[in-house]
Amino acid sequence: MRHIISILMENEPGALSRVVGLFSQRNFNIETLNVAPTEDPSLSRLTVTTVGDDRVIEQITKHLNKLIDVIKLVDLTEGNHIERELMLVKVKALGAARDEVKRTVDIFRAQIVDVTPSLYTVQITGDAPKLDAFLQAMGPVGVLEVARTGVSGIARGDKVLSL
Amino acid sequence: MELLSGADMIARFLQDEGVEYIYGYPGGAALHIYDALFRQDKVKHILVRHEQAATHAADGYARASGKPGVVLVTSGPGATNAVTGIATAYMDSIPMVVLCGQVMSHLIGDDAFQETDIIGVTRPIVKHSFSIKHPTEIPEVLKKAFYLASTGRPGPVVVDIPKDMTAPTERYEYVYPKKVKMRSYNPVARGHTGQIKKAVEMMLKAKRPVFYTGGGVVTGRACEGLTDLVKRLGYPITTTLMGIGAYPQSDRQCLGWLGMHGSYESNMAMHHADLIIAIGARFDDRVTNNTSKFCPTAKIIHVDIDPSSVSKTVRADVPIVGPAASVIDEMISLVQGKEIAHPEALAEWWDKIDGWREERRGKLYEPSKPGEQLKPQEVIEALCEVTRGEAYVTTDVGQHQMFAAQYYKFDKPNRFITSGGLGTMGFGFPAAMGIKQNFPDEQVICVTGEGSFQMMMQELSTCKQFGGGVKIINLNNASLGMVRQWQDLNYKSRHAHSYMESLPDFAKLIEAYGFTALRVETMDELRPALERTFADKHELVFVDVIVDPREHVYPMQVPLGSMRDMLLSKTERT
Repeated sequence: MRHIISILMENEPGALSRVVGLFSQRNFNIETLNVAPTEDPSLSRLTVTTVGDDRVIEQITKHLNKLIDVIKLVDLTEGNHIERELMLVKVKALGAARDEVKRTVDIFRAQIVDVTPSLYTVQITGDAPKLDAFLQAMGPVGVLEVARTGVSGIARGDKVLSL
Repeated sequence: MELLSGADMIARFLQDEGVEYIYGYPGGAALHIYDALFRQDKVKHILVRHEQAATHAADGYARASGKPGVVLVTSGPGATNAVTGIATAYMDSIPMVVLCGQVMSHLIGDDAFQETDIIGVTRPIVKHSFSIKHPTEIPEVLKKAFYLASTGRPGPVVVDIPKDMTAPTERYEYVYPKKVKMRSYNPVARGHTGQIKKAVEMMLKAKRPVFYTGGGVVTGRACEGLTDLVKRLGYPITTTLMGIGAYPQSDRQCLGWLGMHGSYESNMAMHHADLIIAIGARFDDRVTNNTSKFCPTAKIIHVDIDPSSVSKTVRADVPIVGPAASVIDEMISLVQGKEIAHPEALAEWWDKIDGWREERRGKLYEPSKPGEQLKPQEVIEALCEVTRGEAYVTTDVGQHQMFAAQYYKFDKPNRFITSGGLGTMGFGFPAAMGIKQNFPDEQVICVTGEGSFQMMMQELSTCKQFGGGVKIINLNNASLGMVRQWQDLNYKSRHAHSYMESLPDFAKLIEAYGFTALRVETMDELRPALERTFADKHELVFVDVIVDPREHVYPMQVPLGSMRDMLLSKTERT
């Protein structure tokens, strides 16, 4: 099963490599990875999506917790949560396709953020399946380049991941 | 206010931390630190002949004393040579602090002379590592390094120190940090009381219980408590290789150690148990054999300080995360005044175990007949008798390691010192040297083989310089015995590179360093040679014992089988 694990860790050089290294060292899998400092500049928040059965996920969270730089973590998929990813896509926009792209962008509530005579750059946010669906819809038109941020997430309700 | 250079801070910190010995090898990036060490006389530096030996020597000391071993090496090759020793300490959870010189900070990343990203290289084999960014950080970072290395589940910590951080011209205020706090590191102080209660209830109700305890009991200084608990309950106990001596092996309740080459009765008892009480052991593959066939009728209580060890390979029914000592103490207080529920079942269980014991009594190996080559097993038995089982025994890796573990009987913890997790050939001799230098009045033996010894024999020179009256028992079968055994079993005795051609004349080699060497080929020579070996505690003696290369280590678990599936000799299996 797919899990989204959010980690609060020391914003220090080497901390990220310890997390990433752990996954390869222990043969765990990383699907997406997203990291940035938080409102407290001494802390980074790292969100990783991974796949594994309960035993594997238990090991992943235990080993992450064991890293000295990791302060707290939460498996967002254990409860209700909001999951978002941002994607920038360059698609061909010539002739009839130019309108078709515009319509699809509206349907997906995406935005065109840059324009040239031959292509649109589209910005879209959502969960991973929505982004996949958009790419699929654009397929026939011609996707030229994709930049995805990887999943970021936060728990719904009063639950807060902080120190 | 005291102003010190980074280098002097390091020397001063080591003094304030109470470090007596530091093992190392100088080089460009570490020279400021070496100069600072030279100008003081509290911390004694032992100059090894290879950095790997520095880590093993510090490791041996740490295992014998329970205190962190300290290593100092230079950048690049100095640091990479230490890697095997760091990994050895990591796998066995040994407290160690490794100080590495590094090229000047402005050169980092430029592929400068003797530059290696040692933080990157060692990342998967350290508990944590630090890079010094400013000299003022030194006291606190070093304190953190010692704190991390020696608390919780211990392990090695690497501190990378660029040369400009120790420049003698730049001085800063030095204060020894007595305490250190880290918001991201809080090792558990005690186990969950509810879980401990639940475990004790199960323990009292068990019909076929076995204690299975590991190195965590030794490093967690819980051996006395464990012995008390096990004696109160009257249950059998088996330890891992790393846990040897945590409970006196001469006691009837001790079944020896378990696993791939563990005792018949240990493995049989584990397989038939209805309750396994695992403390400070990690269900390693050399213990469990095939986990899907592991202890089919047993419930499992697992006490470990490291949550990631619990349910890693074998699911625990009652997991308890906490230090062995405090959990055991709580268990004792809960057991106090209570009776076990099924004393008759326990008596029956002991009958069964005694039956297994009897089955193999006198059949563990076939002693040599007059005129035949010595068997390695009988050498270790003689060694144990001559030293009354009281010596510190280090080993290298292979058949001799297993024989030492099987036939030397330990009643005390921290005495059997071996690379259990990583299985590092070359570990034994420098480890023995480290122990001897710190415990000069104890007998310290390195049981080794001619293969392993040759990996670290350059340390004879270190012993010559600094003293290290260790006794080296070289079980010389002119082959890599364990490799050969596997080739006998799995490759139709095709001995691909498992024989040692062109062995040196060890006697001449040892004598070249000014030490005593003895050669033993027959039973008649064995006892007198051993008596001679241990006559002077401070003399390094090397005993080259020629043993039968055809001997195998048994029992040996059958791959992919359960705990009880064992080869018992070349012709018998369970």
